[in-house]
Amino acid sequence: MSEAHEEKTTTGYSRRGWNGWGFLVKLLIMAVVNAVGLMGILSAFNAGSWVILGFAVVLLAAADYVYFSRRALPLKYLLPGLAFMLMFQVFIFGYTGYIAFTNYGAGHVGSQQLAVNAALQQGERRVENSPTVPLSVVQKGDELGFAIVQDGEVLVGTADEPLEVVGTSADGKAPTEVDGWEVIGRRDLLSSQDLQTQVVNLRVPISDDATDGSIRTRDGSTGSIYQSSMEWDPDAQTITDTENGIVYRATDQGTFTADDGTSLTTGWIVNVGFDNFMRLFTDPTIVSPLAMVALWTVVWAILSVLVPFGIGLLMAFVYNDERIRGRRILRTLFILPYAFPAFMSALLYRGMFNAEFGVINELFFGGANIDWLGNPWLARLAVLFVNVWLTYPYYFLVCTGALQSLPASTLEAAALDGANRYRQMTSIILPLVLVATAPLLISSFAFSFNNFTVIFMFNDGGPAIPGAPYALGATDILISAIWDISGVNRGVADYGLASALSVIVFVIVGAISAIAFRQTKKLEEFA
Amino acid sequence: MRYLSIGAAAVAATMLLGACSSGTPETTTTAESTASATSEAPIDASGIELTIWTDENRKPAIEDAAKVFEEETGATVTLVQKNFEDIRNDFINQVPTGEGPDLTIGAHDWVGSLVQAGVISTIDLGDKASSFEPVSIDAFTYDSQLYAMPYSLETIALIQNTDLVGEDAPATWDDMIAAAKEAGVDRPVVINTAGQTGDAYTMYGFQTSFGAPVFVQDETGFTTEVGMGGEAGTKFAKWLSANGEEGTGYISTTIDYDTNNELFASGKAAYTVQGPWAIEALTAKGVNVKVNPIPSAGGETASPFVGVQGFYLSSESKNALVAQEFLTNYLATDEAQKALYEADPRIPAWSTLAEEVSSDANIAGFVASSKNGVPMPNIPEMASVWDLWNAAQVQIIKGADAESTWTKMVSDLEASIG
Repeated sequence: MSEAHEEKTTTGYSRRGWNGWGFLVKLLIMAVVNAVGLMGILSAFNAGSWVILGFAVVLLAAADYVYFSRRALPLKYLLPGLAFMLMFQVFIFGYTGYIAFTNYGAGHVGSQQLAVNAALQQGERRVENSPTVPLSVVQKGDELGFAIVQDGEVLVGTADEPLEVVGTSADGKAPTEVDGWEVIGRRDLLSSQDLQTQVVNLRVPISDDATDGSIRTRDGSTGSIYQSSMEWDPDAQTITDTENGIVYRATDQGTFTADDGTSLTTGWIVNVGFDNFMRLFTDPTIVSPLAMVALWTVVWAILSVLVPFGIGLLMAFVYNDERIRGRRILRTLFILPYAFPAFMSALLYRGMFNAEFGVINELFFGGANIDWLGNPWLARLAVLFVNVWLTYPYYFLVCTGALQSLPASTLEAAALDGANRYRQMTSIILPLVLVATAPLLISSFAFSFNNFTVIFMFNDGGPAIPGAPYALGATDILISAIWDISGVNRGVADYGLASALSVIVFVIVGAISAIAFRQTKKLEEFA
Repeated sequence: MRYLSIGAAAVAATMLLGACSSGTPETTTTAESTASATSEAPIDASGIELTIWTDENRKPAIEDAAKVFEEETGATVTLVQKNFEDIRNDFINQVPTGEGPDLTIGAHDWVGSLVQAGVISTIDLGDKASSFEPVSIDAFTYDSQLYAMPYSLETIALIQNTDLVGEDAPATWDDMIAAAKEAGVDRPVVINTAGQTGDAYTMYGFQTSFGAPVFVQDETGFTTEVGMGGEAGTKFAKWLSANGEEGTGYISTTIDYDTNNELFASGKAAYTVQGPWAIEALTAKGVNVKVNPIPSAGGETASPFVGVQGFYLSSESKNALVAQEFLTNYLATDEAQKALYEADPRIPAWSTLAEEVSSDANIAGFVASSKNGVPMPNIPEMASVWDLWNAAQVQIIKGADAESTWTKMVSDLEASIG
């Protein structure tokens, strides 16, 4: 550190001349940040993710600039938060938005090259009854070839040169020496990834006529004759089936489609514009179940806030009264459902609501056979009940806090002015409690709107809406519908459609929250 | 000063980087192996890393084969443990990005969607192909190309409580109910419907006994023509309704996997339809069981689905030759197959082993049931079937009109397949 005799600065790092221990700590932390950042950049480079690479470079440069410059003081405090927001929120949302405009899903999971490779591979078949012959991989310069043994003769060929007889083999095993060629032993072959890839992709034609097929190897020691029926023409963007002459053209829907409308099995990811959004609003099979789901989601979110809030508030009032003994213990007991993992509670309730074996029908309904899980309305009631049970303690806590922080002098003044209990309640207590709790109610609304856990664990969104695709059910809310549509658990995946729906949900929740926060400002005028 | 500190930071960063990143492992010279799997000299694949996805049950078995492979060839085998249910989607999504494994365990009914995604490679088992049960090879064959090396079969069968109803296999549904009634049990039979979700997989044996297969089969394999419509399908739907909650009540949506096994294990039900994976749960309380073929409900043979598990090779694998070597010479061997069986006892696809383990009565029962079975269709369209199919069955069991619900399901299905 040559800074030991530096002038004292008023903006500066230190008042003692040298930069001190704080600077060393900072240096160490920044070294870690740089190391992590560089690792990220390197792995992004290796994976070829250019967007992430750009992000990482910009973030790292910004971090180094902010923390090693004397300016940008506010940013020193803001940058970590900003970086995490970019990484975990803006990026995720941006990516979801991007997927929403693609056809990413079953049959469209990769690049066009992947689809082409798949088509070529699916079109390549082993010639029936073609023998498996011993084979060696041979090399001349940097050209690879195969040497095979057939009927006592050794034949050699490359990708451009068909097989030619070069000698005889005494033992009928794969040749270990071939004149003019260097034989690559299996030892060298299998320990080189690069060679392996070349060998797996090498096809040696058996004659000048390409339709006779070519030799390929799958293990590096034996070969057989394969015929390929598909030809890819990158310039024309077509794949031609040589057996029947059908030409499959690349379409802007990410498929290879022939004139008669048939497509090859494998497609690729393309941008489809607003197609996914249009489907959500126009596809008759999706629209009506989804409208039902959306309506139920709103009802569910509103009731999941209002009902437990009402119960919580009532309980808070009751247990805020000093005349009650053992308030602490009772309050603690009230919090139990909240302390219990929702995941498990929902599962337990699923068993308890079972029509035949469930404890609820047995104990409370005298063994009646009430179909809690199979009737759409009863299932909605039941799942709402479970959610109320899970969440009212939260509101109980919040309201208790708000009640205990009420200014005693105000209430006293009101009492002196002759306000009765009811008047105190409506004019002073409730408004003040609401001012304190309204923001929490809004965040709870957003949380309930997307409360996947309870819905999924309790009845998996069931019972199914008759004829609805994707197993959409009567208690499905939008988020669990997204889960069903994405097909993560099944195999018919439609990430594009699911992402489009996610974007819509984001907009709805965002808009409702924004409006509600505006409204709460009005409440504060009471205070 | 600033330059200096940036320089210092960079130095520190590189030091840390060096500490974090692991260099490529030193290539070790492999000892001459004593028992190579091939007749040739052992291969040398040092420096090659083979990644295999497996589920928890089979991991130990593959570990054994991998250890031998590592010792003999110098390659590194990395086993990644995943939930079996997650493998298909993760594989489909990770292979195109170059992050996927070289090999993965998988079920044969995924073939269609994996081919559709373009993420698996055809494989050629050469002479080894004849060592596997033909049905298992067929199951992994799509569009007359083989896409995996099979290793086990599974199917469901009728499991009966021998303390209550003896060992005799009932030939028909009615015989079964009668035998159970005679024994005086609460529930003659318990059948899992996965609660309100529906479980067409478990019901399939009864459905096929009415002659209503999910897809019509021709000599080349499964077509995309739905076979559940028409009179046969309606008959099955009516039978389901007659035994549902508004009928005899033998089949009800209050049963899920755990309830099913609990009722049977506690002796409250005489019969159930389950797979080998449930035997442990079914016999947990000490009831004695016998595994028999599923009885016919509609007069024809009850054919449950047969599922086959095997190993898929990624189309993006950069180690295809090494992977092939591992498959054909280190997994397709008597010892490896036996180890796989012992780690996770399923019906082996390896013919000689299948005969050998049939001495186990339960396995023999499932083998007998699989002889009646049909492979689950492996076409991509199969994935669109389940939701509608399950839901329609639940609605019929709950008392919806059998004929209209079923025919609507079939027409919805035909529309969605296109």
